[in-house]
Amino acid sequence: MSLSVRLKHDFGGFALDARFEAPPGLTVLFGRSGSGKTSIVNAVAGILKPREGRVVLGGRVLFDSAGGVDVPVPRRRMGYVFQDGRLFPHMSVRSNLLYGRPRNAMVPFGRMVDLLGIGSILDRRPGGLSGGEKARVAIGRALLREPELVLADEPLAALDTARKEEILPYFERLRDEVSVPILYVTHSASEVARLATWVVALEEGRVAREGEAREVLSDPEVSPAGAREAGAVLEARVRKHHDDGLTELDAGGVPLFLPRVARPLGASLRVRVAASEVILSKDVPVGLSALNVLPGRVETVRTGAGPGAMVALETPAGRILARVTARSVAALGLRQGLKCHALVKALAVAPGDVGS
Amino acid sequence: MDWLGPAEREALTLSLRVAFWATLLSLPPAMLCAHALARWRFPGRQMLNGLVHLPLILPPVVTGYLLLLAFGPNGPVGALLESAGIAIAFRWTGAVLAAAVMAFPLMVRAIRLSVEAVDPGIEEAAATLGAARARVFLTITLPLTLPGILTGAILTFAKAMGEFGATITFVANIPGETRTLPSAVHAFLQVPGGEDAAARLVVISVAVSLGAVLVSEFLAARVARRVGRS
Repeated sequence: MSLSVRLKHDFGGFALDARFEAPPGLTVLFGRSGSGKTSIVNAVAGILKPREGRVVLGGRVLFDSAGGVDVPVPRRRMGYVFQDGRLFPHMSVRSNLLYGRPRNAMVPFGRMVDLLGIGSILDRRPGGLSGGEKARVAIGRALLREPELVLADEPLAALDTARKEEILPYFERLRDEVSVPILYVTHSASEVARLATWVVALEEGRVAREGEAREVLSDPEVSPAGAREAGAVLEARVRKHHDDGLTELDAGGVPLFLPRVARPLGASLRVRVAASEVILSKDVPVGLSALNVLPGRVETVRTGAGPGAMVALETPAGRILARVTARSVAALGLRQGLKCHALVKALAVAPGDVGS
Repeated sequence: MDWLGPAEREALTLSLRVAFWATLLSLPPAMLCAHALARWRFPGRQMLNGLVHLPLILPPVVTGYLLLLAFGPNGPVGALLESAGIAIAFRWTGAVLAAAVMAFPLMVRAIRLSVEAVDPGIEEAAATLGAARARVFLTITLPLTLPGILTGAILTFAKAMGEFGATITFVANIPGETRTLPSAVHAFLQVPGGEDAAARLVVISVAVSLGAVLVSEFLAARVARRVGRS
């Protein structure tokens, strides 16, 4: 089921003018705060009424300013996972989960409870739950409503890194095992890299770029969350688990060493390599501690007003982005077509940057 | 209650009856006003706020007199009700009206505070889960504002038990009909040798008022725990 969105709305001093088509799967709205991500999700949910536009989900028109269609929120059949959870404080976890459940429910309650690992807290109230537990209950509540579209507005923003790692796999499983389309809002490039089937990058209320995660994140022209968050995504396969705690991946024929990745041999992975963690070298480096050396050719060099430059490197593993100083660009004479090596420390790839 | 004389007992039961009805009847309009003031933006909102608070600020005798002008036999509303067979002036029902009007600001304030404390986002969440407005109100808003509603109701009850100025102006002091507890105290103090009866009613008055405040605090704390606020 695909989602088609076209919206125009004015908030004093900020104009939203976005248009995108989300294919089935998990679509990420990616951008820094204030770029209009939440407004778009709210308009899809019906909470925000845009000045004009059209929202169509799998052929069902939810909103059409020209045709005078505005399906009320309760009848849009959305499963909204709010950033702040918004669990009902006066109800038990069980009552929260059952609140939106349709009369002729298809998804077994017990299966969802098991999937999210919340069987032991069903009789507790939200007030006493940890952040991770609240997030899982919020996800369960939205899914047990058996929605036609899941809306998730930075569902992990309030969690620390460990809790994020606890919740992210649920979204990966949702994307892969449940056929419900998901519209997922985030400003975190690593969540995009791990989850997105399709990325809609937003800048100041407009769609800056949309496409597959690998393409959008590896595009040096697009860094909606800022240059510090830029980083390309490589697709790789698990080749070997070594005894010293490293996992060897095969990325387009190039070996890539990472700290232990708990996936079976042959499993395909997405690995996000943060641009600021990449070192460039003109010659084959010797006597260095960095384990990963990817040979390549400079595709583009983009300098801005600041001291930094973004270099895109075509390697057999895919495109790599490197954020280096303009001074280094000059010193190395980096220009289009130049042969170059990208160095990536194994430990510079965080566990959160590796997804299935 | 053998220590109470028949006239005192009559005043006490009348007061309880008046307070009960005043509380019950003012709940729906007070909830509506509280929601309107807390949530809705409309022209005349400040005016409504002022009107609601008027009985708190006006001298009670003025409120009573205004009630008499409006609801008395010759008043516009009173004449209308009279033709419908409902008499209010100088009846115990009039005492109910006077008590309800005087306690109204207290009730609205208590409920309004609790409505303002409910995160509209929680109600939005319920709507996204398929709940229509009525269900959102009954399952989310109402339970979450229950502490305020209870507090407001109990304060209203206590205020209604003690209302004097507007009541005596509007419906006078008729034994068995409009002689509520404070009116009875007033009447007993007017006659020689009435101090003992007055003193007994004063004790009851103090007990009811103090009890109401304590019970409302207790209930509010209990409900607040139940709705997970603390």
